[in-house]
Amino acid sequence: MANKKNIKSKKEIKTEKNNKVFNCVIVGTGGQGLITLLEVLSDAAIKSGLDAKTSELHGLSQRGGSVEVHIKFGKKVFSPLVEAKKADLIVGLEMQECLKAAYFSGPQTQYLINKTEVAIPGKPLLAEEEIIGNLKKFTKKIEVIDAADICQKELGTAAVSGVYLLCLAAFKNLILLSPDLMREAIKSSVAAKHLEVNMKAWELAKKNAQ
Amino acid sequence: MNKLLENSKGERVMFLGNEAIIRGALESGVQFVSTYPGTPASEIGNNFFALQKELKDDPKFLFEFSTNEKTAMEAAIGANFSGLKTLVAMKNFGLNVALEPLLPLAYTGTRAPMVIFVADDPGCHSSAQSEENTRPFSVLGHLPMLEPSDAQECKDFTIEAFAISEKFGTPVIVRITTRTAHQRALVALGELAPDRKINLKGEFVKDKRKYVTMMPRLHGMKKEMLAREEKLAQYFEKSKLNRVEGVVKGKNQPLGIITSGIAYLHAQEAMEELGVGLPVLKLGMFHPLPERKIREFIKGLKKVLVLEEMEPYLEKRVQRLAKDANCKLEIRGVDLRTQIGEMKPEIAAEMIAKFTGKKYTLPKFAPKFELPARPPQLCPGCPYWLVFAAVKKAVDASKVIFGGDIGCYMIGALPPHELYDYMFCMGSSIGIAHGIKKAAADQKVIAFIGDATFFHSGIEGLLNAVYNGSNPLIIIMNNDITAMTGHQPHPDSVGAVHPIPIENMVLACGVKPENMKIIDQGQSEEFIAAVREFVDKPEVSVIIARRPCKFVEKKE
Repeated sequence: MANKKNIKSKKEIKTEKNNKVFNCVIVGTGGQGLITLLEVLSDAAIKSGLDAKTSELHGLSQRGGSVEVHIKFGKKVFSPLVEAKKADLIVGLEMQECLKAAYFSGPQTQYLINKTEVAIPGKPLLAEEEIIGNLKKFTKKIEVIDAADICQKELGTAAVSGVYLLCLAAFKNLILLSPDLMREAIKSSVAAKHLEVNMKAWELAKKNAQ
Repeated sequence: MNKLLENSKGERVMFLGNEAIIRGALESGVQFVSTYPGTPASEIGNNFFALQKELKDDPKFLFEFSTNEKTAMEAAIGANFSGLKTLVAMKNFGLNVALEPLLPLAYTGTRAPMVIFVADDPGCHSSAQSEENTRPFSVLGHLPMLEPSDAQECKDFTIEAFAISEKFGTPVIVRITTRTAHQRALVALGELAPDRKINLKGEFVKDKRKYVTMMPRLHGMKKEMLAREEKLAQYFEKSKLNRVEGVVKGKNQPLGIITSGIAYLHAQEAMEELGVGLPVLKLGMFHPLPERKIREFIKGLKKVLVLEEMEPYLEKRVQRLAKDANCKLEIRGVDLRTQIGEMKPEIAAEMIAKFTGKKYTLPKFAPKFELPARPPQLCPGCPYWLVFAAVKKAVDASKVIFGGDIGCYMIGALPPHELYDYMFCMGSSIGIAHGIKKAAADQKVIAFIGDATFFHSGIEGLLNAVYNGSNPLIIIMNNDITAMTGHQPHPDSVGAVHPIPIENMVLACGVKPENMKIIDQGQSEEFIAAVREFVDKPEVSVIIARRPCKFVEKKE
């Protein structure tokens, strides 16, 4: 429908009922590498033969502030932005940021949350129970994963927490992308010097998803 | 190899809207590119800069980070008048700075194809100062303005913009907004411009009649410009950049939508969600508008919805056209939305639902808990922490007026610093400080400005303050780089090819040597003493707080 240029076509416009688009929002704080995660996901989506769009934020948001990025994939994606309450998956690299992402959550939304908090200067850290309790008002599907800790212990760096969480989502069927394609996507999206540890994060997710 | 240089026609690559603009310029064979960084347009310069390094043994284009948007525009004009295919890029506020040379360019016209890229930032994701909508500049300047929606269109429209410029001899503006600029999507590659043994050597061919904008010739130029604009309007009537989707079936289809840019994508999504299929006139340009096409579209309608972001400029033009085309037409749009902030898919859905009488409730988000606000912070180890701390120790902050400017140090307005008493546009901290000192001489003023911003447009303010004899204290935050927009070089930065020491500039503006100090803010006692001494000086004084951004060494 999007590219139909024929003005005089007698065809009625039909909406594509089977155009199920997967809506994903990733939140965190500046410097957590959210844009790389978008590259991995969009690459995997395209390798699956799907259309994909992302919306990213650049500039001042990289200075340690809140960062919220969107990725959508499906047969045909129009707007790059996820609509309010329409997220299928919200990946939170920082727990407190997940509260803001509640804007995008409805009962269908699955949260996958990295059990990490980055302090906001001048404010006390929110308790995990408080955050989860508030999120439960929006959706029942909340999973908190000690990704930063697991990656630090097993792989020696928490920097791959995001990739680990995404791979876990793939292995747990929370995201409609096959783990094998995620693996290929990591290979083509991650810089060579960080590739090895990211591949290990994939292996680790495979092991822990079982 | 950089994927922007891949020559595999037909292959589909994920590109950011801004990258697609670059690819379009490369496929068009752009020869000269100038820019000043500013988000959401920064990736244009960053990528050309990276490509320039990659291609240093076999350059395909000339590129420069100019000192500001005006000089970028002037450089582009000079290169263009010398026969090179030219791209000049900036963010919305940059176009204000570049407006002075841009308006006469519309009169003279171009010699080679020329595209002016500008990115607006509805929602102000990476902007302070105003939520500027640059659309009216096209009308003001009699300049064609194209508005792509997605990444593919960013590439296609850029190529088309160069082609239009070549055909009509006018510069063409390509305008996008944040969610198009920072949208990553599949783009089908075309062929890179053939290696023309890339002749980057231009030649200025004298033609006083064409390039000297003086009366009486100027009115002749204006006549020619208006004729070009008229021809363009005719051309746009048939342009493939505008299209009607769906059928306007006379009386059976009394509703329709007119939209462009990012709003078009939201509209499509919303229609799919609501299960409505309205005919859509998707416009690829804002100026000149294909008026006949719009008239034809609205002629058979009872109601039309104009979907656009921010100010209802398009809607007002449709209203004017409806007066003779369909005077009973009901025009909806801005009455169903706010002019503040960006268009979102849910807002488009609500508008279309209200327009068509479908049921849709705008999701309300009113959580019963506090959302943890996380304002941006200076990076750990940023040298600006030391400046703010030292200044607060040096003076009684309640008795001094602090001026802020544009850069990472804008964060000085936020907690825990909460320093600035005014903040405007690039370079203005000094200019406004001078005015305050003239009007309220008893009050003390300290103006902060970054080194890149000083070179951009702070110099003029300093010159004026010295020349007109006021006495603010100016602290130049000399971190050796243009940090906020992604570490671009500036005239006194690491990596500057022809460095101009910032202290030479300050002295050249007439600041007396005894009224200028260069101090590493790490030497806090010395720094504090200098602030205390200088803030009471009867003449303009300058402290250059010199310590590099902590990412500078890593980068270079």
